[in-house]
Amino acid sequence: MERWEKTTLNKVLSKSPEREPSFKTTSHIELKRLFTPLDMTDLDYCKDLGFPGEFPFTRGVQPTMYRGRLWTMRQYAGFATPEETNKRYKYLLEHGQTGLSVAFDLPTQIGYDSDHPLSDGEVGKVGVAIDTLKDMEILFDGIPLDKVSTSMTINSTAAILLAMYIAVAEKQGVKSEILQGTIQNDILKEYAARGTYIFPPLESMRIVTDLFAFCKDHVQRWNTISISGYHMREAGCTAVQEVAFTLADGIAYVEAAIRAGLDVDSFASRLAFFFCCHNTFIEEVAKFRAARRLWSKIMKERFKAKRDDSCMLRFHTQTAGCSLTAQQPDNNVVRVAFQALAAVLGGTQSLHTNSRDEAYALPTEDSVRIALRTQQLIAYESGVADMIDPLCGSYAVEALTNEIEKKAVDYIEKIEAMGGAIKAIESGYIQGEIGESAYQYQKEIETKKRIVVGLNQFQVEEEPLRDILRIKPEVEQYQKEKLARVKKERDHAKVKDDLAVLKKAAQGTDNVIPPILEAVKGYATLGEISDTLRDVFGEYRER
Amino acid sequence: MPRKIRVLVAKPGLDGHDRGAKVIARALRDAGMEVIYTGIRQTPDQIANAAIQESVDIVGLSSLSGAHNNLFPKVVQILKDKGAEDILVFGGGIIPVDDIPGLKKAGVREIFQPGASTEDIIKYIRENVKV
Repeated sequence: MERWEKTTLNKVLSKSPEREPSFKTTSHIELKRLFTPLDMTDLDYCKDLGFPGEFPFTRGVQPTMYRGRLWTMRQYAGFATPEETNKRYKYLLEHGQTGLSVAFDLPTQIGYDSDHPLSDGEVGKVGVAIDTLKDMEILFDGIPLDKVSTSMTINSTAAILLAMYIAVAEKQGVKSEILQGTIQNDILKEYAARGTYIFPPLESMRIVTDLFAFCKDHVQRWNTISISGYHMREAGCTAVQEVAFTLADGIAYVEAAIRAGLDVDSFASRLAFFFCCHNTFIEEVAKFRAARRLWSKIMKERFKAKRDDSCMLRFHTQTAGCSLTAQQPDNNVVRVAFQALAAVLGGTQSLHTNSRDEAYALPTEDSVRIALRTQQLIAYESGVADMIDPLCGSYAVEALTNEIEKKAVDYIEKIEAMGGAIKAIESGYIQGEIGESAYQYQKEIETKKRIVVGLNQFQVEEEPLRDILRIKPEVEQYQKEKLARVKKERDHAKVKDDLAVLKKAAQGTDNVIPPILEAVKGYATLGEISDTLRDVFGEYRER
Repeated sequence: MPRKIRVLVAKPGLDGHDRGAKVIARALRDAGMEVIYTGIRQTPDQIANAAIQESVDIVGLSSLSGAHNNLFPKVVQILKDKGAEDILVFGGGIIPVDDIPGLKKAGVREIFQPGASTEDIIKYIRENVKV
């Protein structure tokens, strides 16, 4: 190495310097010019990497990975009415998608019915509008819930939507015990980045742990939470911060569940994770591997989990929405392909690939098909799915995996010193860190320290994209009328009684999920159930 | 010396995507303006009232949820109803180009689309606000 640096390298450097004085990842990790065996001297294969399906799971959570079964191709979709979204789901399933992922509109996510004044203009916009069980019946009409797995991006109202899903399954003759899917149910990152909170943190955590407890007895194959770094990354944080903040949130959930009296091995295997996959390819691959190794150690060493599957970090990945440009939107197809490839090389369990037109609107059918095809190309043509963790042993990948883990540990220790993730969010620390990184990123783009192809370099004169998905304004009226009909036809006395039982449970310590399930079956609305809980728990206001 | 330009950066509706709003608030501050950021989930009423109370020169609205056609014109209208039509309103976010003429007709002065730089916005404000 020294010889090479002094001779061959220096000869070239003295004549033509490198493009930059130093090269750094987005997490400010200084990249060496050349990684060599010298970077691996401390690496113990069995201890640090191990074998697929075994602790510390660096190489993947399943023994055969994609040789056994490909990742689940799961496009996040939902818009307008349940009727229209049902059609999109059937379209996606026909084109080879292997799992569903429900996007709800903002009123549904924040506990307002379509006829609430604050829902004005928002109904059906960023996802599908769900007011009552009736809507959920329409959404999954003709889709066998014993065959598909369904992921629902729902947090403060997760209990209500899961209850509706269970009730629809029951009507299809499918028992809750065999249902497969995920509720996001990660309220902490809502305070930190995404914003769909309703209740204060402690009350929210109580609903989260009530869900853990309910599912371990009744919906055993369900992922009760998807602890998400995605939204914090989209809000601007770096790869290292994404790992650190997500796992710090994970620690907070495990602690809360243990405090609520649950045995760690009774719920830990149902914890799932959700990460972003951004542009910097090698750093992203390393990030997933580092997150897996670090979480397994946290579960085993800190929480004394005994079961192997309690220590497995299983995760969903979505490509980086914030990396998409409105300029030259076809370039986004290529960006997404690289990001998706990194997610697969990082060992993801399921994947959403963004569509090229998402800097403009929700995607059109054509754009979604290209996004899905991108995954199929990786799966069936690239050959990367035929080997397990094929980048393992790369000097650069292992060095970055170590570095990301180390830096994430430093952050987690800092958060612990503040009293944990909830305290770090309440004090605004995590939001501040995310905001700082977002601002630096924007400055780098504007000073051209960071090149975004088509945006700040290689621009062309172009017409903006006009062929985009538009949500018709009539959707709001349609939902309101349907809601009014359901309200008129239901058993009013039952709704009243059910909500009273729920209120009592919320005031005391009984699990709130069974009364929510009973209420949705009687067609109590999402807004009514949320209001009942608001009365007891109060509402969170941003500082 | 002219006084500092006062700006209200606001998030109308239920949208929680505040990366853009926060980055712009900070960039305007770094450019020497006085900036008040409302935080997320504000109604048009709350935004107009804050604009008047804080006697700002201009309001920047950010929405990525598709509710801009309902919410942006309402802010303009409420300001007008309260006799504060001298407070300019501009917006940004995920806003389809075909929505821009309607928003401008409703009194939203300018719309910045994805890819706009903070420099563009600073320049726009300096050119349009007289202090």
